[in-house]
Amino acid sequence: MLQTAQRTAKSKTKKPALPHERFLEAFRWMLLARTLEEKLVSLYRGGLITGGVYIGKGQEAVSVACGLFLQKNDIFAPLIRDQAGRAAFGEPLIDVTRTYLGSRQGPMRGRDGNIHRGHPRKNELAMISHLGAMISVTVGALMAKRFRGEKGFIGLSCIGEGGMQTGSFHEGMNIAAVEQVPLVVVATNNHYAYSTPNEREFACHDLVDRAIGYGFEGYSLDGTDLAACLDVIGSAVKRARAGRPPQLVVASVLRLSGHGEHDDASYVTDEIKREPFARDCLKVTEQTIVDLKLVDSETLAGWRRHAAAQVDEAISTAQKEAPPEGDKEDWCAISTRSLVDSLE
Amino acid sequence: MSITYLEAIREAQAKLLRDNEDVFIYGQDVGGTFGGAFKATKGLAKEFPGRVLNTPISEDAMVGTAIGAAMHGMRPIVEMQFADFSSTALNQILNNAGTHYWRTDVPIPITVRLPSGGTKGSGPFHSQSMESIYAHYPGLIVMTPATVEDAYTMLIEAVAIDDPVIYCEHKYLYYHLKAEKLPTEGLPTGKARIAREGRDLTVATYSAMLHEALAVAEQLASEGFETEVVDLRSVKPLDTNTVLASVARTGRLLCVGESFPWGSATAEIIARVTAEGFHLLDAAPQRLNAKDTPIPYHPNLWSAHRPNTKEIARKARALLRE
Repeated sequence: MLQTAQRTAKSKTKKPALPHERFLEAFRWMLLARTLEEKLVSLYRGGLITGGVYIGKGQEAVSVACGLFLQKNDIFAPLIRDQAGRAAFGEPLIDVTRTYLGSRQGPMRGRDGNIHRGHPRKNELAMISHLGAMISVTVGALMAKRFRGEKGFIGLSCIGEGGMQTGSFHEGMNIAAVEQVPLVVVATNNHYAYSTPNEREFACHDLVDRAIGYGFEGYSLDGTDLAACLDVIGSAVKRARAGRPPQLVVASVLRLSGHGEHDDASYVTDEIKREPFARDCLKVTEQTIVDLKLVDSETLAGWRRHAAAQVDEAISTAQKEAPPEGDKEDWCAISTRSLVDSLE
Repeated sequence: MSITYLEAIREAQAKLLRDNEDVFIYGQDVGGTFGGAFKATKGLAKEFPGRVLNTPISEDAMVGTAIGAAMHGMRPIVEMQFADFSSTALNQILNNAGTHYWRTDVPIPITVRLPSGGTKGSGPFHSQSMESIYAHYPGLIVMTPATVEDAYTMLIEAVAIDDPVIYCEHKYLYYHLKAEKLPTEGLPTGKARIAREGRDLTVATYSAMLHEALAVAEQLASEGFETEVVDLRSVKPLDTNTVLASVARTGRLLCVGESFPWGSATAEIIARVTAEGFHLLDAAPQRLNAKDTPIPYHPNLWSAHRPNTKEIARKARALLRE
């Protein structure tokens, strides 16, 4: 398994990975995320996934950088388009397919679907749909670690430019700075909140300017440039770990899909598709690998086959598993059985 | 020596901070030398440095932070300055804390203290009773202590419970209610208490309305009617069995609550008693809540807006005549 192998390799390596090794590792997670999500889209189109499919196409470079620099005791609060980052953080592929396909064996057991999955006990928070809400939850998790005397941890919370316009986001950013927790907030401006373009989302010159207002240190980057993502987000993680104030990174990309797969994104203008940030980060990364001859084409093809095999295995396993059943479900929303309110 | 309802809440928090290093208090003005808008945390910041923390005016982030901390081993107590302001944190309470155990199998042991209910001159935004809203949503426990003893033991229990607890403490009772001493143990949450025994009528109520109901029971006794008063103690879980057992004795039920009427805890009790104990009823069950308008500022209006002894007695007499 790629995931196991790479996590092991990483944790055994005391020295930081060489830049091109990390670059290639990141590319493989991006490739795996893209391969998986393309497959999920086909399953959805074929009527085999109920609910929705929300993919991170075009955002993999930013996302992978979010997951790649975190350690096991760090807190990760991924959002809707963070398949690459979740995988790099250590979320098994089978969790994704089980959640999308509604297996009872998945982390959400059919009780919640798609991108709402998480493993709170393994420090991967389970997002709710109400945007901005997970920032303060990440802050609280970091405060708990501080209260309990842990050292060296950080938290990374993902958001989009849409979520940045909520009151919850504002409160979360402010309280993070007040509490001086080691937090990195990575905001991906994909230029559309569902169908609404930037000019109807905010009126400030540049979203990163908000950092100073919150008491954060702010950085911008081109989210289609993997090297820049690794550099800027990696450095923000380092600064947070070193005790600097909370960090805000704003990445610019174009969402290369609909909001979800039910959405044809016909509102995305041809003009914006010609912008530099509209490039496909996966293609750009692959081109860089080819241009710099980091690996040969056979290796690349092998990686592709390996990603496809992993995805196929995760899907076929989840497809064989039993779905939840209404009459066998444990319909209990609290853990304290003696306090369950009974209508009988 | 006597201790007030408010002092019981402060003492419970002092005990919790003393006994469990995972407990911390998070809220507006709770820290420093100030000790909260109602002084429910007075002196605690000094006694427990770093564990009684002032927050910005950010109800959403206060609860979000508590959720994250609870997920990672802490037992936070969030103080809302007034129950009314918890509306700004509804998303975190209902959609994050309330869904978390169901979705992920990881419970969120937070306690959110809501200074609830009306007092003279407090107006629409400092008087609300929100227990029915919280009880409506899955995943939350809603406590409504009506006595000094319950204020103390139920708050201690709230923090020990692994699930999110909405602890509705009544502001009118803060100073008006006194006990000789604090109890060492109390009834568990989920068990209602017969506050007064009677055979003619059951009044089921909670929080400050318990005391209005007891005053009415006294009046009715002088008219020859024996009223049984049930203190529900928590509206979720709701101890339907104790209410049904009381109705089995009296045949008549009046439910009294201070929240707005539509979809309130009183409506829920009547629905359950009617469904499960229809044969026990000698008359149609009745309820009394605050009026269906925002809560008025002027004392003359406020005292007519909330259920008061006059209205409760009027309803009770009508029910007894049936």
